[in-house]
Amino acid sequence: MKFLHLIGSNLRRKKLRTSLTLLSIVVAFILFGFLSAIQQALVGGVALAGADRLIVRQKVSIINLLPVSYEARMDRIPGVDFSTHQTWFGGIYQDPKNFFMQNPVEPEKFLKIHPEIILSPEQLKAWLTTRTGAIVGRRTADRFHWKIGDQVPIRSTIWSANGSQTWTFDIVGIYDGKDKGTDTTPLFFRYDYFDEARTGGKGEVGWFTIRIKDPSQAAEVAKLVDAEFENSPAETKTEPEGAFIQGWASQIGNIVFIVAAILVAVFFTILLVTGNTMAQAVRERTGELGVLKAIGFTNGQIVGLVLAESCLLTVIGGAVGLGLACAVTPVMAEKLAGLLPLFFLPTHDVLVGLGISIALGFVTGIIPALQAMRLRVADALRRM
Amino acid sequence: MSENQSNNSALVRVEGVGKVFHRGAEDIHVLTDLNLQVPTGEFLALMGPSGSGKTTLLNLIGGLDRPSKGSVSVAGENIDQLSDRALAAWRARHVGFVFQLYNLMPVLTAERNVELPLLLTHLSKAERRKHVETALAMVGLSHRAKHYPRTLSGGEQQRVGIARGIVTDPTLLLCDEPTGDLDRKAGDEILDLLQGLNREHGKTIIMVTHDPHASARAARTVYLNKGQLTNEPVK
Repeated sequence: MKFLHLIGSNLRRKKLRTSLTLLSIVVAFILFGFLSAIQQALVGGVALAGADRLIVRQKVSIINLLPVSYEARMDRIPGVDFSTHQTWFGGIYQDPKNFFMQNPVEPEKFLKIHPEIILSPEQLKAWLTTRTGAIVGRRTADRFHWKIGDQVPIRSTIWSANGSQTWTFDIVGIYDGKDKGTDTTPLFFRYDYFDEARTGGKGEVGWFTIRIKDPSQAAEVAKLVDAEFENSPAETKTEPEGAFIQGWASQIGNIVFIVAAILVAVFFTILLVTGNTMAQAVRERTGELGVLKAIGFTNGQIVGLVLAESCLLTVIGGAVGLGLACAVTPVMAEKLAGLLPLFFLPTHDVLVGLGISIALGFVTGIIPALQAMRLRVADALRRM
Repeated sequence: MSENQSNNSALVRVEGVGKVFHRGAEDIHVLTDLNLQVPTGEFLALMGPSGSGKTTLLNLIGGLDRPSKGSVSVAGENIDQLSDRALAAWRARHVGFVFQLYNLMPVLTAERNVELPLLLTHLSKAERRKHVETALAMVGLSHRAKHYPRTLSGGEQQRVGIARGIVTDPTLLLCDEPTGDLDRKAGDEILDLLQGLNREHGKTIIMVTHDPHASARAARTVYLNKGQLTNEPVK
């Protein structure tokens, strides 16, 4: 700690250069924060996917529907605990930009297979007794200031009922997520009401979710499910929920690779910028380093001073950048709630970011530090 | 004091020292088989023409460089045998340096510059502050403690340099042309200060200078010529 003033003073030596370097590090870490949030939004669900859940969709495309009668057949397949289904409703509330997911489900089976959705028993009871009832996630309820008892009109881009595409639902419950990664933007309503009211596609559903008895048997059960419907008019493709989400995100591209490639490019640039700053900073004060050595600073202490200086620079930049990203992400998440419901900066990524900032400081400082260490005192003093 | 007595009580012993620098294929013999004893409490001036090896000798005595042959011992410790790490620790404990161009850290105030050698000790912050105040008082710069080097005159900067050199109460104070960058008046003030440190506080001082006016303040002057010491000025 007693060297902190010396380290800080050295950073203040060229204020403009330090500020610009710091700014570039801050920007890099803001970018890191945003990309992490985007990655979380697109593929974060993979980590949260239930290991005991399989998704069954139409083999050709998820757009094609499956007969609801498959549910009973699936329940008889060895290894299957039970199954339930959802269908893409594609609704709009007031304005297309107010996009969020709404799906018809079988309430009890749906909540049983998704324990990450927390709904009070009273609200579940209300849902089961209200045919037009719907439950909505906390984020969407907050976003549109909906409360229990409200009637909300939602216009489906796909389904019409009684000649109208606008469906009215009674909000009977507002659910929360078990953890931060749970998506609390969708609205779920009753399938029986949906199937009865819709004018077309009766008896067909979008996809099934199967709960299996033994997660280690997922691959075998998936094969059995697909075999069950082989050579039927609606063949199936069954995969673990994580793979399903991954495949969904892959339609945009290999998100992890794209994010990693951008970050590597950004941090490599920062490496050069900060490395150059540190190299210049050390070169400029060769004489001063000579004085420090003359008065008794050891080579190890000189290396420590230079490394501490570069690490302080990158850690300050990293902390400020990540702090700004943390502050701005929730604001952006509100704007992107429909498109990217899981847009947030995970704590794990913040810690990884801080780790990167320390590593960046070490890598950028190590060469100048070793150069400073190798200085011969007598030579260095001549360069004052 | 007889030569024998002088040898027995010598704080600094330079024995048979040679120093060779290599420039490409060429060997440059700066010091050749040089011997010097400096008793405790002496104020010694080291004179000689440019390139005669004065600073090289001072660097060897201060442990900033190592002899090509021979030995250098200070207070009975053979410093050319010490490892780099041990030598750095030895310098921190035993030597104070005063440089021609003051060599202060421009980003630190006078008091922070003086404090630098104390950062290597186990002293508490309060103890360090006390030592710094004492050192600055000894050089008459207590009122300039919070000033940065750029706001100090050359003489004041050199006094800060001296305060930094003596703040750890070193065994030996090595001054390399301490008045070389100062006008006569400021130079005289610095020499008064060094003389005071020697006479009143018993500091052993070795001062490299090319200025006879400065060397006149020393108790003894030796001359370097062609890598050898003489007691007579170089013609």
